[in-house]
Amino acid sequence: MSESVRPGPQEPSDTAGDGAVERKIERMFYLYGKCLDDDRLEDWPSFFIESGRYVIHPRDNLEAGLEGYWIYCDHRRMIRDRVLSLREANIYNIHYARHLISNVLVIGRDGDVHDVRANYVVLQTDNEGVTHNFSAGEYRAKVVFEDGEPKFAENIVVPDTYLVKALIAIPL
Amino acid sequence: MSRSNLPAHGEPWPKNDLTRVPYSVYLDEEIFAAENDLIFRGPTWNYLGLECEVRDPGDFVTTFVGTIPVVLNRASDGSLHAFVNRCAHRGAMVVRESRGHCDSHTCIYHQWTYDHEGRLIGAPYRKGIKGNGGFPGDFRLADHALEKLRVESYAGVVFGTFHEEMEPLVDYMEKPVRDRFDALCGRPYRVTGYQRQIVEGNWKLYFENVKDCYHGSLLHMFNSNFGFFRSTQRGTSAMTKGGLHSILTTYGKTDEELGDTFKDIATHKPKFTLEETGVIDVVREHSDGMVTTILTLFPTFVLAQIGNHLGFRHVRPKGRDRFELVWINFEYEDDDEFHREVRRKQGNLLGPSGYLSMEDAEALEIANKAVTGDFGNGYAFIEMGGRGSDDQDHLVTEAPIRGFWRGYCDMMGIPFDD
Repeated sequence: MSESVRPGPQEPSDTAGDGAVERKIERMFYLYGKCLDDDRLEDWPSFFIESGRYVIHPRDNLEAGLEGYWIYCDHRRMIRDRVLSLREANIYNIHYARHLISNVLVIGRDGDVHDVRANYVVLQTDNEGVTHNFSAGEYRAKVVFEDGEPKFAENIVVPDTYLVKALIAIPL
Repeated sequence: MSRSNLPAHGEPWPKNDLTRVPYSVYLDEEIFAAENDLIFRGPTWNYLGLECEVRDPGDFVTTFVGTIPVVLNRASDGSLHAFVNRCAHRGAMVVRESRGHCDSHTCIYHQWTYDHEGRLIGAPYRKGIKGNGGFPGDFRLADHALEKLRVESYAGVVFGTFHEEMEPLVDYMEKPVRDRFDALCGRPYRVTGYQRQIVEGNWKLYFENVKDCYHGSLLHMFNSNFGFFRSTQRGTSAMTKGGLHSILTTYGKTDEELGDTFKDIATHKPKFTLEETGVIDVVREHSDGMVTTILTLFPTFVLAQIGNHLGFRHVRPKGRDRFELVWINFEYEDDDEFHREVRRKQGNLLGPSGYLSMEDAEALEIANKAVTGDFGNGYAFIEMGGRGSDDQDHLVTEAPIRGFWRGYCDMMGIPFDD
């Protein structure tokens, strides 16, 4: 955890942390997207701390006060399980995934935990070469620093696209 | 098979033992249009929603019967009503929100206003303004109600029918279906969430899929690789209403009972182990030892218990070559946090990204793609477990699919051939 970050929960982005911390967090999001786009699923759990949560919570359910999770991993063991199942059991559409991540904002800080928002669009290109808008939405993340590196203590994915085109295999 | 050999054109079904399904039945526009009249407006009870979704007077949800937009709502006296969501004036959807609460329903186009029973209670300027305009003198509000469905519910699940002489819902279900509703929906429950998928393919492909015992441990390799379910487990397939509805069940792991019968089956031992076994460890809730139940109620409703995960599924055709699948997951109101967390974790098994379900969309889409490409030429071959559609005490069978086609052909007036 960087000592230079000033505490202050729910501070707007420009005072929530220093620029270096924000740049590290932003870069982590880009690496996260690239990891998934490069089909390096085995590396995906390493973006989380051991107690890290990964949840896909579609926006229609979220706004209705319902859970309705598409994926619910309440610690990194379940995130590793998801990778194992995708590799060893599940069959899904042949495609490339492309994560476009933007608007990475540290919107607040509570102790060591940075409250972060980012937008995403995930495109899928099918095995006939056609690219589809697969999902658009927001990451609502809690980021902490472990050995100087930013990691997800929690990454809640909130898709606006609550109607899934066929199925979801590669994580958002 | 030539293209003139379509069921829609009065040709008979290829074989009277139901072991062939002409691909044209998934593709033909005439068949899709006929299904609207003969099935969705025909002698069927169609899923509309849940009583707990419209708990209070004024609550409403919107849905579809086939492709017909429908509103289910509760009137001030507590009674349930459903009507076609199409204004009696110019045909606009009266209710645009997917769910909500209101005193009356007003179409935005010309502000025609309806009560919860679908009766027209207001139409602006109907007597004109300062002597100008207005409807003709014989205009009566009572003549312009929304089209109503008859509504009945069982165990909190609400169904509607357009068919005037339709038998009561309890008779349509028959006892084995009611028994499973009683077992799974007999306690107060609430929705935990909705999951929605759009799949390229005919709606009947999905309904066959949820009656297809053969594919369970083959397409969904999670079952065998992680030891959730094997074809060697005890299971049964039962049908009611001449095959229209089906109930597939499996029971807990019974290696002792099975003895040596399946000892050489390659998939017997799971290859992999989850770190979080709570996703597949079933907490015993039912005294009969049932681990899974997949119940289908013709034409588009599914009630499923997969381990401790509880859900309804509703198939909504979106044209002959697309359907939407809505998963409506639930928990019991008196669930403690332990059971809620068990269901939450097992939620990873189902839905559009479910370990046990994501493959279905892919399988149906590639079937649709191949069948569409040849204009419906050819037949599906379904002879696993024999040629009839009798109940069976195992799951190595396609009998429930054959039963489905028997009921479908009867309702569609498609003759059998020898």
